Amino acid sequence: MATILVVGEQANGHLKKATLSALAAAQQIAQKTGGQIAGVVVGAGAGQSAQELAAYGIPVHVVEGAAFEHALAETHSAAAAEVAKKAGAGEVVIAATAYGKDIGPRIAAKLGAGLASDVLAIAGANQFKRAMWAGNAIATVEVTTPVKVVTVRATEFAAPQKAQGAGTVTPAQVAAPQPKTKFVEFNEVKSARPELTEARVVVSGGRGTKGDFKPIEQLADVLNAAVGASRAVVDAGWQPNDLQVGQTGKVVAPQLYVAAGISGAIQHLAGMKGSKTIVAINKDAEAPIFQVADYGLVADLFKALPEMAEAVKKLQ
Amino acid sequence: MKILVTIKRVEDYESKIKVKPDNSWIVTEGVNYRANPFDEIAVEEALRLRDSNMPSEVVVVSVGPAAAAAEIRSGLAMGADRGILVKHEAFVDSDGVARVLKAIIDAEKPDLVLMGKQAVDVDDNVAGQLLAEYLGWGQATFASKKESLESPEEKAKKPGIKLGGNSTAQVAREVDGGLEVLEVQLPAIVTVDLRLNVPRYASLPNIMKAKKKPIAEMTPQQLGVDVAPKVKVVKVEPPPQRTAGVKVPDVQTLVQKLHSEAKVI
Ligand SMILES: Cc1cc2nc3c(=O)[nH]c(=O)nc-3n(C[C@H](O)[C@H](O)[C@H](O)COP(=O)(O)OP(=O)(O)OC[C@H]3O[C@@H](n4cnc5c(N)ncnc54)[C@H](O)[C@@H]3O)c2cc1C
Ligand SMILES: Nc1ncnc2c1ncn2[C@@H]1O[C@H](COP(=O)(O)O)[C@@H](O)[C@H]1O
Repeated sequence: MATILVVGEQANGHLKKATLSALAAAQQIAQKTGGQIAGVVVGAGAGQSAQELAAYGIPVHVVEGAAFEHALAETHSAAAAEVAKKAGAGEVVIAATAYGKDIGPRIAAKLGAGLASDVLAIAGANQFKRAMWAGNAIATVEVTTPVKVVTVRATEFAAPQKAQGAGTVTPAQVAAPQPKTKFVEFNEVKSARPELTEARVVVSGGRGTKGDFKPIEQLADVLNAAVGASRAVVDAGWQPNDLQVGQTGKVVAPQLYVAAGISGAIQHLAGMKGSKTIVAINKDAEAPIFQVADYGLVADLFKALPEMAEAVKKLQ
Repeated sequence: MKILVTIKRVEDYESKIKVKPDNSWIVTEGVNYRANPFDEIAVEEALRLRDSNMPSEVVVVSVGPAAAAAEIRSGLAMGADRGILVKHEAFVDSDGVARVLKAIIDAEKPDLVLMGKQAVDVDDNVAGQLLAEYLGWGQATFASKKESLESPEEKAKKPGIKLGGNSTAQVAREVDGGLEVLEVQLPAIVTVDLRLNVPRYASLPNIMKAKKKPIAEMTPQQLGVDVAPKVKVVKVEPPPQRTAGVKVPDVQTLVQKLHSEAKVI
């Protein structure tokens, strides 16, 4: 049986949580194909992340070295594809993060594989469900090539349990190609809040904030929430790009999503419709966001959000 | 320099998208079509780069039905110099598009290829990366402007992509956790994100001028590319519907319901 290779992603020396969603998807594929799961993590100092992935009971290859210090698509895809070839992989699975989207297609091209991107569900051994037209339709796609690459939407696959016994971690010797791209700098947006895609609660603001995010942040503080935004907010430069929720931004599915001053365009809904409970606060009773909200409050956010923060504090 | 820009004909995001009763595709009757919004941003960037680095040429390419000539014309009306339409009436997957584009690029030899990060019909976000690998080129995906769209740089219509010496370009990219800057060796593939620029509208005189600009037509067969999809769409279904919940009269009721009913706080 062919190997199912999970390509891990690391950030700050640790395995990203999204990789565990890719592992969960790989486990579902294994149930259909009978394949054996293995992992690979690429990057300078990836040993720690490889150990963290191996803790889920799978053998993990690690590709380390200065040549892989920056997550350049050329070098990282080359390493992952090389390991996939050596392992005889039938499927390569990666989380559809910025990293996964950057390298996944290059891996597919190297392996002559068809690629199903941003997959929501495993429908069969070679069939996958994915959203199209801003989530207006869910397509079942069939990948017709013998080798398949699948990038998965992390919110749709819950992280599996750790295994009793850890798998082995083996260094893989991979020659790094000479890349035609060079890392220059990374301007990190530092935040003390939980990560948007992983947070239990997300409080998002839209154009209705007029750029004043204080009420959003106050409520986020008491709920230990991540802060999100609509495209209008990010385009205006009021909040960092990284906070855009939607079809072309981040997809989130927290326990609680609070949308304040957001009209509810289809492109925004595509990124948060999967949330367990949705609260909408908008001063326009006709705003489309109310059609997906479990609890709607027609109010001025500058009044309602501070009140809500106070009321939540009293509960705690 | 020669800049090649890809434009896909897609359903207008303002049109209502409904699934066909037989689950084969979406209903296309009554739907408006337009250029993929990301591709308009790519055209805008190409025009700014051209106009600050004369002599240069901007070539727009589309793979699609005969009707996609309209989207090429819209790129020409923005100011691109000429167009190429690779005609194929049936569905071409992003991999097929990438292989057709490789054949075009082998012949055209552009210095830079600008594409959208994602076509808003299939929402794949893969064609540029596949193409870069097929060509053996470097890539910078999700290109953005370092400055905001409200900045003086944007008001002055400065390109966000900075050309350097020795055939290089610096590209700021929207990645998880911040903005990464890469230097790419040209020729390269750059896919653009929403914050790279605000694309211009075509003026009436330019729309008229565009009618006289040349569009070369060819087929995948003539280019020697088999576009049978590697990824087939076998079924299209409506998404699960969320039903509207209740309107609450005030904040106290809201918080109390979130606490005791939804149990999320
Ligand atoms: C290709 C493409 C991709 C896109 N991708 C995304 C995406 O990923 N994510 C995304 O979000 N959008 C995306 N969009 C944009 C989307 O179509 C909408 O334009 C955007 O979501 C609108 O943002 P908004 O709701 O903040 O602003 P608006 O639509 O302007 O809504 C503002 C709302 O605030 C309310 N309001 C105003 N003042 C107050 C107040 N004091 N208190 C309470 N409410 C108030 C108003 O009633 C209104 O409903 C995309 C668009 C395109 C074309
Ligand atoms: N049929 C097509 N014709 C021209 N360009 C395309 C086509 N399909 C995809 N592209 C380009 O590739 C980008 C990414 O598309 P995709 O990977 O299919 O989501 C788009 O923004 C376009 O620039």
